Amino acid sequence: MSTAHDLRIADKIIDISSIFKIYGSGETEVRALNGVDLTIREGEFVAVMGPSGSGKSTAMNILGCLDVPTRGSYRFYGMEVENLNHDELARLRRHYIGFVFQSFNLLARTSALENVELPLIYKGVKRAERRRLALEALEQVGLSARADHTPAQLSGGQQQRVAIARALVTRPALLLADEPTGNLDTATSEEIMHLMQQLNTELDITVVMVTHETETAAFAKRVLVFRDGKLERDGTPQEVLT
Amino acid sequence: MNGWDTILMALRAISRNKVRSVLTALGIVIGVASVIAMVHLGQAASRNVTAQISSMGSNLLIVRVGRQRGPGGVSSSSSPFDTADAEALQREVSGARVAPTSGTRATVVYGNANLSTSVTGVDNYYFEVRNHALAEGRQFEATELRSGAAVCILGQSIIRDVYLGQNPLGTALRVGSSACTVIGTLEAKGEGMGSDQDEVVLMPIKAVQRHLLGRFDVDTIYISALEDGSTPRVQADVEKVLRQRRRLRDDQDDDFQVRDMAEIAQTLESTTATLTWLLGAIAAVSLLVGGIGIMNIMLVSVTERTREIGIRLAIGALARDVMTQFLVEAIVLSCLGGAIGVAIGITATWLMTSQMGGPLVLSTPTLLVAFGFSALIGIVFGYVPARKAAHLNPIDSLRHE
Repeated sequence: MSTAHDLRIADKIIDISSIFKIYGSGETEVRALNGVDLTIREGEFVAVMGPSGSGKSTAMNILGCLDVPTRGSYRFYGMEVENLNHDELARLRRHYIGFVFQSFNLLARTSALENVELPLIYKGVKRAERRRLALEALEQVGLSARADHTPAQLSGGQQQRVAIARALVTRPALLLADEPTGNLDTATSEEIMHLMQQLNTELDITVVMVTHETETAAFAKRVLVFRDGKLERDGTPQEVLT
Repeated sequence: MNGWDTILMALRAISRNKVRSVLTALGIVIGVASVIAMVHLGQAASRNVTAQISSMGSNLLIVRVGRQRGPGGVSSSSSPFDTADAEALQREVSGARVAPTSGTRATVVYGNANLSTSVTGVDNYYFEVRNHALAEGRQFEATELRSGAAVCILGQSIIRDVYLGQNPLGTALRVGSSACTVIGTLEAKGEGMGSDQDEVVLMPIKAVQRHLLGRFDVDTIYISALEDGSTPRVQADVEKVLRQRRRLRDDQDDDFQVRDMAEIAQTLESTTATLTWLLGAIAAVSLLVGGIGIMNIMLVSVTERTREIGIRLAIGALARDVMTQFLVEAIVLSCLGGAIGVAIGITATWLMTSQMGGPLVLSTPTLLVAFGFSALIGIVFGYVPARKAAHLNPIDSLRHE
């Protein structure tokens, strides 16, 4: 992607206007997203909430360029995303977006270091540089001592830290987290949320996080609530959560 | 993503499931090993046949009476050759050595041992024409040939079976009803065209004609062309001379036949070559089955690793990267199988050729083709699973349990 670095000039990282995601047609038509407008600027920390079936997962898939809307426009740094093909979307993800999942999704029987290196392999980074960057990312999440441990040898919180290191190793503009604390106990959840906050403030990574816990959402600077495929509320945690 | 990273990734995936990988590659191992063993076996057999034929004499023509009647059928109604025919051939065909023979079966007796064997009357050219070398003793003397003296030269099988390994030189061997003095022994030649070339008793041709046959017929004339490549010319000359001597008109067929050993050798060689191909083709079927095994396991692997594929796609792998990964995995698997198969094939060839008593001769093209085929099978049978992996949707794959 030759325009890769030009994209960051615009400070609106996400600019969505009236997008729809419709599955099926006619009688069985399901509107997972039913006309959503949303703008997210660089440096924001956004929590996305809503009951299941509210469209928040669909919205995340579209924000993460894993999926495209049926209708409407999605500009990522001002670039039209809805017309991109699979490979172009993959290139966009590779350069700008990091993912953190509820179930960590690390490669089994593969060391933490190799897991973190994986996105760099696809980016075509040379071996020595790859190693250096991956170790640096593990350092940032406080796990450099466990670089050669496999996921099975790590606790849930540690696995999620490895997953976060994997997401931030490419220096993404946007970190998308899908219930990152869903499988963790309260104390560990808090640690992970502090880490996310730190990434947001210190590394200037924009964070969008799906969660259904108000305690977790409280760490964000902005909270969105979805209901029935629409954006129901949008405001600071104080406004939305109380 | 560079090539080396891809191969390392494939090796890691393969080593994660060692037992399964070994079992998957086993089909290719067996296929490649059997192709190599079978083709080399065929080639060794073909070399054996060639060696046997050339041990019978090089540039050899065999002249017998009788008309060729279709394949294999020979009528023997025509009149036999005599010594004068052989003398005429020696005189009129240039660049050839002519050895007339008269053969019959007779019982040979020494001490308590007796054996019914073929006794051949020859002159001294016979040794040269038929590639017989003396182990001990001497050839026939001119006076013995002229008078048909009762002397004989023995092959190694006769010494083993009748003399029980003792030195026969100077003893008297009873051949038929007359006693013969043994004046020489032949060096061993081994099996040739399905008969033991060492079970021979050679006597002066006149002695056989007079004492054993009671006729002065010559039944087979062996002719060797002295110059390599001159066999067809010598054959044509022999036919011309014999037609003249037997007063055949132009419209009459030959009532004798001149057979070229080189021609027979070629026929046999092409037969063994066909057999080699057949054996190789049968072995290649097992290679195909091995390929299907690889496809099967790769398909299972793609399903098992759907989530892994989803992760890779989410963090920026292109469909092409995933495709390459699975294709390379299949190729590495089948090439590993191929390499092990080559090693086992060579070992099997070595065992078989040492059983046959021949040297270990490896044909590089066979090894390369067998190995190359295993790589090709990886590509062909890895393609479908790899394509399946590459076309997975990242969202669904990530949710896959």
